[in-house]
Amino acid sequence: MTQRSERMPAYTPAHPLVPDSDELRARIPGWGADLNKEDRPSVPKLKFLETGAHWDFPERQPEKWPRERSVEHRFLTPVFGTAQPPRGLSGAMRRYGYKFSEGRAAHWMILLYADRVDAGEQHLRSLLSLRPDNPVTETGFKAEFTHHGIRSRFARKRVDLKHMWMDPLIVAGPWIMAVFLARKLFKRN
Amino acid sequence: MKAMTYRGPYKVRVEEKRNPVIEHPNDAIVRVKLAAICGSDLHLYHGLMPDTRIGHTFGHEFIGTVEKVGPSVQNLTAGDRVMVPFNIYCGSCYFCARGLYSNCHNVNPNATAVGGIYGYSHTCGGYDGGQAEFVRVPFGDVGPSVIPDWMEDEDALLCTDALATGYFGAQLGDIVEGDTVIVFGAGPVGLYAAKCSWLMGASRVIVIDHLDYRLSKARSFANAETYNFGEYDDIVVEMKKATDFLGADVAIDAVGAEADGNLLQHVSTSKFKMQGGSPVALNWAIDSVRKGGTVSVIGAYGPLFSAVKFGDAMNKGLTIHTNQCPVKRQWPRLWSHIQNGYLKPNDIVTHRIPLEHIAEGYHMFSSKLDDVIKPILLVDQN
Repeated sequence: MTQRSERMPAYTPAHPLVPDSDELRARIPGWGADLNKEDRPSVPKLKFLETGAHWDFPERQPEKWPRERSVEHRFLTPVFGTAQPPRGLSGAMRRYGYKFSEGRAAHWMILLYADRVDAGEQHLRSLLSLRPDNPVTETGFKAEFTHHGIRSRFARKRVDLKHMWMDPLIVAGPWIMAVFLARKLFKRN
Repeated sequence: MKAMTYRGPYKVRVEEKRNPVIEHPNDAIVRVKLAAICGSDLHLYHGLMPDTRIGHTFGHEFIGTVEKVGPSVQNLTAGDRVMVPFNIYCGSCYFCARGLYSNCHNVNPNATAVGGIYGYSHTCGGYDGGQAEFVRVPFGDVGPSVIPDWMEDEDALLCTDALATGYFGAQLGDIVEGDTVIVFGAGPVGLYAAKCSWLMGASRVIVIDHLDYRLSKARSFANAETYNFGEYDDIVVEMKKATDFLGADVAIDAVGAEADGNLLQHVSTSKFKMQGGSPVALNWAIDSVRKGGTVSVIGAYGPLFSAVKFGDAMNKGLTIHTNQCPVKRQWPRLWSHIQNGYLKPNDIVTHRIPLEHIAEGYHMFSSKLDDVIKPILLVDQN
């Protein structure tokens, strides 16, 4: 028995039924305004455009310290960010990480571990400053009370509740561990 | 100046920092009026992006007024009200010359695989971002534009990334009249991508998420059909049923690195940093689209490997289009769509937060409290 083709588009040449264009134009503001594929801003992908640049190669920004860079670059790019220069153990790790190309997992894993070491170093440093880190205020936990923490989570079909319980452990875990180790050391001495 | 600073995973605060200075003749310094927290900022906030240093100021969506310009800047003067694309780019390298502003080769010494982005770690160039009172804007003659007088501040702010990226995502889908488009993710970028899919002639737009309040917004803002994947045993099968078992013509991944829907994938990525991104939404996109269809990826992923189902993509003959959005390429058309009333960007803004409350803002956005969709930071309230 032959079935109607429009009911089985994947198994016959038929295209699924689509709504009438005039109906869509009436219902959706702007429907079809960019219908012409050739007239879309990012088409074609490669397109010479006026950018405002009045140089072939930009003037070089002064390098005030040996700026870390990817080994996949021929040289230090003419312009670069100068925020948070590498320092301490994390800085040494980062400089080492940049010896590997971006194609190597070692490059990224070393940088990721350096980030955790950086956090430890900076937390310790902050204890010697006038504004030590405050793990409670810096997590913004207050928002739980001001922005409906309970109502936003429960009696809703949120799938992220399955893992959200891990977040406080990730935040507080290292602090609890540090206090525990410090107490142990103090008692031993 | 006051600036948001990163203090480690899940921790941020406002600090007094030194004002930025002109470091290159084509630099500008911008006094920030409004900034936004982007969903991709949460990847930094969660410690997922390698080389995110303590003390870094996030923020790649911001507008403000020009405070000072370097000696070679010709197109801006102090006092101009400007919008700044999230891409930092020179305008003259091989890639910029061909319109790939997000792939500039002259601004990011730390990596060749990604261009320069404000406040997005040293992997993206080591530039402090715009969640601060002042920000250094390299290549003042290339990136920023003076905001048209008729445009509202919040609409201009949303053109600096979220709207432009959503619109770009729909373009990457190569949508033609009559196409069925599935958008994974009903965050700001997903909502804009869904809305913009209609502009390109889609006949059906389906949005998938697990947050009902966002799906409700997808229905009202983007006229989309919606599915809560938490209600179905297998969302891919559901999408096949919804498309007469053909699959969608186009699927857009507007989720990126911290996708939910598979506990192991999410936890191994977001909590244990063992992947560059949880590819749940991307894998669903690959499996939901029809053979010969197109997958558009505008969700942000980290540089480490991810467990993507590439065999399915290959065997189905898919076309996969990706990139960070070259924002300024989209602006003239977006401005026209806003003026014509086709797009109203700030319809999705749910929270306006003073910079001083940045820690609560990040926590709320990260934990999806209070039905948050798009939080905006009020930096200069004068």
